Amino acid sequence: MKVNKKSAAAAGALITVGMLALAGCAGGGATPSESEEASAGAVTVWVDAERVDALQGAADAYTEETGVEVELVGKDNATIKDDFIQQVPTGRGPDITMGAHDWLGELSTNGVVAPLELGDSASGYLDVAITASTYDGTVYMLPYAVENIAVLRNADIIPEASTSFDDMIAKGLAAGLTQPFVVEQGAEGNPYHLYPFQTAFDAPVFGSDDNGYNAEDLQLGSAGGEQFAAWLSSQGKNGTAVFNTDIDGAIAKENFLNGTSAFWLTGPWNVGSAVDAGINVAIDPVPSPTGEVAQPFAGVKGFFLSSESENAVAATDFLVNYLGTEEVQLELFEAGNILPALKSAADTASSDPIIEGFATVGADAVPMPAIPAMGSVWEYWGIAQAEVINGADPTTTWQKLAADVQAAIE
Amino acid sequence: MTTNIDEDVATDAVPPTKRQLRAARMAEAAGAGVKVLVIKIVSLGIVDAIAVYALVVLLSQQQWLFAAIVAAVALIFNWIYFSRRRLPAKYLAPSILFLAVFQIFTLLYTGYIAMTNYGTGHVGSEEQAVSSLMSSALERVEDSPTYPLTVVDRLGQLGMLVTDPEGDAQLGTTGTPLQEVQATFEDGKAVATDGYTTLTFAEVIARTDEIVELVVPASDDPNDGALRTTDGSNAYLYTSALEYDEAAGTMTDLRSGTVYSDIGTGAFTSADGEELLPGWQIFIGLDNFVLALTEESIRGPLLYVTIWTFVFAIVSVGSTFFLGLFLAIVFNDARMRGRKWYRAGLILPYAFPAFLSILIWAGLMNESFGFINQVLLGGASIPWLTDPLLAKVSVLIVNLWLGFPYMFLVCTGALQAIPDELSEAATVDGARPWAIFRLIKLPLLLVTVTPLLIASFAFNFNNFLLIYALTNGGPRDPNATIPVGFTDILISMVYKVAFTGQNRDYGLGAAFSILIFIVVAVIAIVLFRRTKALEELN
Repeated sequence: MKVNKKSAAAAGALITVGMLALAGCAGGGATPSESEEASAGAVTVWVDAERVDALQGAADAYTEETGVEVELVGKDNATIKDDFIQQVPTGRGPDITMGAHDWLGELSTNGVVAPLELGDSASGYLDVAITASTYDGTVYMLPYAVENIAVLRNADIIPEASTSFDDMIAKGLAAGLTQPFVVEQGAEGNPYHLYPFQTAFDAPVFGSDDNGYNAEDLQLGSAGGEQFAAWLSSQGKNGTAVFNTDIDGAIAKENFLNGTSAFWLTGPWNVGSAVDAGINVAIDPVPSPTGEVAQPFAGVKGFFLSSESENAVAATDFLVNYLGTEEVQLELFEAGNILPALKSAADTASSDPIIEGFATVGADAVPMPAIPAMGSVWEYWGIAQAEVINGADPTTTWQKLAADVQAAIE
Repeated sequence: MTTNIDEDVATDAVPPTKRQLRAARMAEAAGAGVKVLVIKIVSLGIVDAIAVYALVVLLSQQQWLFAAIVAAVALIFNWIYFSRRRLPAKYLAPSILFLAVFQIFTLLYTGYIAMTNYGTGHVGSEEQAVSSLMSSALERVEDSPTYPLTVVDRLGQLGMLVTDPEGDAQLGTTGTPLQEVQATFEDGKAVATDGYTTLTFAEVIARTDEIVELVVPASDDPNDGALRTTDGSNAYLYTSALEYDEAAGTMTDLRSGTVYSDIGTGAFTSADGEELLPGWQIFIGLDNFVLALTEESIRGPLLYVTIWTFVFAIVSVGSTFFLGLFLAIVFNDARMRGRKWYRAGLILPYAFPAFLSILIWAGLMNESFGFINQVLLGGASIPWLTDPLLAKVSVLIVNLWLGFPYMFLVCTGALQAIPDELSEAATVDGARPWAIFRLIKLPLLLVTVTPLLIASFAFNFNNFLLIYALTNGGPRDPNATIPVGFTDILISMVYKVAFTGQNRDYGLGAAFSILIFIVVAVIAIVLFRRTKALEELN
């Protein structure tokens, strides 16, 4: 008897789950059209889960003003791009998604984003934000924040900003530090963090024209690139050992927080933990190894409009005429502590010396290329830099890098 | 069938065997007491309620196929469980349902994806690709002003009432160019004109589809561009850089004159092979399988990655099994004190989430800062994870650490099930301990654990997590043209080939997974055959 009761109950439970699974498979599509029936104008927005609260106020205010429902859906930042690309063509995607400008190449190649017309408001944004939001001559993204790396300096150990890369190392050594400067690397390198040094040798990845970066004009392997490789080699394992591929993000952070290192090349996302650790943090421009300005990459965050949105007018209005206002940009700033993309909001936010520090560096920053060819660059770039740091011949390694990337692009 | 057994039980005076008892219980249950009936009705009622709810949802979504499947499954389940017979079906039905949903469907769907070009640039339908291309091809006329816009309606046809830069009101509809009209102004913006109704913002949003298609020519000359709006309150002048000819299925670039036509590859392609992306999804048959096996850049690394995958899986299974077995034998000895505690300690690696353990190992093995080099080896700089050969050894060591507790548990159980009399008898016959182990215990043990060893092989063959989190396949092979490394196994290489950079090739990834599935399935079948032989031997 007992056995039978159990098995009957178990069978019941199994079937229940099975039915739910079946209903769930198909039910996934239910939500958008249901909400559509409920109110004529409803806009679904996918938001990085950490920023839902920051946007909720703006969403509610917009609903009150226009009667258009704005439904915010918190999404995991790591999967939001692929989910968007997969779901938009099925008609079940959101109307708007939050994202970063370097997704643009992929989103546009897949045809899942619609162009945005910012009109006269375009001039109200930082130049780098508009450049980054433009792909092949068309604006696709409403920018809300600009992010770039800079040097965090422990002002208690080194009271003055350094004038050049060598000066920075010399100051650190004079203060008795064996590893004065740290930057995040890894077994496969980390070209994003080394890019400012590369630009100081006048070796950008791509040349650019009116339409943005030009994939056919690869400048990685220029003479400047080889000079950079030679310099990198001299600062690597067989040289001064300033760069070390064993220093990953966690080790770099630890060294800076415990005072082993006084300079840390990193982004605004790490400022919080440095301040919390009681360090007197000052933000400096990236000290250049040459006389030229060291330009980091700028990453611009913003919102994309789905090409299959059934509420395109409301969604566009919400984006362009509402999220583009100073008030909303400041609210988002407070949630993320990254420089707003709107000039007026950026000015307000820059009253904070740390934000101002990053903004100063950001003025020289160049947008990270969003063209699909950049994917091929990432594949080989870091590994080549890591090899150079670990003692490989800089010239041949760099030439091979340029050749590999060129081959992969074609 | 049940009656036969009942007769057997009745006629034979021998006490019933386990199997007979079970059969008798089943027979009794099939006859069903009141309690059981109630439970049955309640649980079936719950299932049916859920099925009906699912049906309502599905039908309202017009998902006819899914609705039909749910209805059919619900009917079959009711029939099976209300029937007095069909005892085997009662036990099998739930598992078959799950097999169908989670295994067969997944496999068929993977097979379907493998035969399409689904991937970056080919995610939607042709219609979607065309509309996306056309909207991206719109270019705002250089230095053209913003036209403040009021959307108006006459007899169901929408029109644009715009204010030109001189402050005059102009009106136009789709196909009818702008003409100056008298209008009412508010803050310098024309908001209403005679004969037309002004739409409120809510009305504008409700008629989104019409607004998107509202295109008002600026003049009779098409080169002047046309007014479009995306937000319903401002209009801008655009010209299009592309022209779509639906009948011929071609796209023409109006600036260069290049004609892109649909040549059956899932994208508009020009005569010299240049593709306009986005394209669309098409069925391409076995092309992905051919590509997986013949592509030059993949074929080179494929060979040594396959060899390493086999080495990795076999050594992992062997090392974890023998270490687990050794420890199981040692701790199975009754003379050892406190062995319960040792056993608990040995199982710990199994109790931690593997992901965490792997990341910690990666930190321990860091060349300059890792605990192993810095503390245990007093400042040595051994490239645990960055030397091609040593990285393979490190991967195996970490997998040994992760895997031996499982084998230890399994072997402990299996050893305890071997009667002590056997080894006692062997000892009496004068066998040495090693001979007892090799000739008696090991064969008996293998009968029990071989299926588990096969499962462990299949698991390690596809142990993506370990490779991805520990070395990410590195160190990279500098001579390969794809980003493959020396510790990459097949599944992690497939991941890199199909999903690296900005390109996602789901079709190729699916084709590779099916190939890997075939390899693992063949090995498993062969090994299971041999296990059967082993069982018969005993």
